[in-house]
Amino acid sequence: MIRIILPQHLRALAHVGAELKLDVEGRPTLCSVLDALEARYPMLRGTIRDQVTHARRPFVRFFACEEDLSHEPPNALLPDAVASGAEPFWVVGAIAGG
Amino acid sequence: MSGVRVLVGTRKGAFILSADGKREKWDVSGPHFAGWEIYHLKGSPVDSNRLYASQSSGWFGQLMQRSSDGGKTWEPVGNKFVYDGVPGTHQWYDGTPHPWEFKRVWHLEPSVTDPETVYAGVEDAAIFRTSDGGQTWQELPGLRGHGSGPRWQPGAGGMCLHTILIDPSDPGRMYIAISAAGAFRTDDAGKTWRPINRGLRSEHIPDPTAEVGHCVHRIAMHRSRPGVLFMQKHWDVMRSNDAGESWQEVSGNLPTDFGFAIDVHAHEPETIYVVPIKSDSEHYPLEGKLRVYRSRTGGNEWEPLTKGLPQKDCYVNVLRDAMAVDALDSCGVYFGTTGGQVYVSSDAGDNWAPIVRDLPAVVSVEVQTLP
Repeated sequence: MIRIILPQHLRALAHVGAELKLDVEGRPTLCSVLDALEARYPMLRGTIRDQVTHARRPFVRFFACEEDLSHEPPNALLPDAVASGAEPFWVVGAIAGG
Repeated sequence: MSGVRVLVGTRKGAFILSADGKREKWDVSGPHFAGWEIYHLKGSPVDSNRLYASQSSGWFGQLMQRSSDGGKTWEPVGNKFVYDGVPGTHQWYDGTPHPWEFKRVWHLEPSVTDPETVYAGVEDAAIFRTSDGGQTWQELPGLRGHGSGPRWQPGAGGMCLHTILIDPSDPGRMYIAISAAGAFRTDDAGKTWRPINRGLRSEHIPDPTAEVGHCVHRIAMHRSRPGVLFMQKHWDVMRSNDAGESWQEVSGNLPTDFGFAIDVHAHEPETIYVVPIKSDSEHYPLEGKLRVYRSRTGGNEWEPLTKGLPQKDCYVNVLRDAMAVDALDSCGVYFGTTGGQVYVSSDAGDNWAPIVRDLPAVVSVEVQTLP
């Protein structure tokens, strides 16, 4: 079970609270977690990554275990602590503009 | 008793302003989609409860929303806008080729016959259509395929397709406008398009009378005379009597003919409204006086409308999609400002009053006349 923390605007869009939980098959990667997130909450498609290329949107970042995972390749394995549910996976809107 | 529903898009959310036919007491609902840019909302002309909204942000991109109960509740629908085929390039600000990239939806135009069909004008300029209530969107590629696309270039606000007019007597005929490419018309429901810019003159482009490259800000039409078009260009207010085949300037005695918004009285097809703005670099009214100008002669002869509008120290702008008219017997005229005011005149412009004064910057205003 993966714990995910979304930015406030995406929580409102998906009608979820501060933290959501997802089951992801196999060892979780950036891509598999986002695939599972978008499958469960289709209204999030296109808000975190491009719907066609799957490129991360420029002002969205990924963090976990105090590490910036934003530039990791899509098939990079997430940390063990995220895979076990001990630590959440953060989707963060960059601090930019108003 | 009949009433009106004013749909207001702002930089930080949508607002719905409702009143009965007197248009004196207003109910304000919102912000809907708080914190998001709402470039445009519009209702279906054949189902007033069916609304569509364009919701976007620099962080999270484009979303589309649909309401089936007049804006009380909303549901996100499809937001996948993919250009048909290889997108190609247009001109960048410096004249170099730049690849077409989808950024946002500027304008939504619901079909005049089917509430499930909507046209979307997007940046970078293209027109899309949904026929399933917004679940899926397909480009009408004939517009960008016209051949002049590599010569289109962005205006200061981006290369946006901001105006879509559907001829109510012939839904196969539509007009669109792009900043800065110009106006285009289709006569076959969007399969093929051609530029309709003859008569436009733009001194700031290399060939002032070029086929494309004009910074058209807005086009308006009266539904009873769909072949007569009125245009607010970057500079110049223009008129066409032949469905855009040719244009004549009708700026007349306007104090400045720069501006963004233009609209037509609901019952008088020769009565038109503009909001003159000082210049392309000074986006506010002349002399700090917010004045709507009305022509009852289809242009050339204009009168300032000032009663109820601030006549000193006013330095707001009125953007291209931020003016609308209702269809009540005494035609209501509405506009929103970048200062967050939405004004109404329930007597065709003679007297004005603010409905709200302190919204986020207003991007768009539409009005539904309810039975």
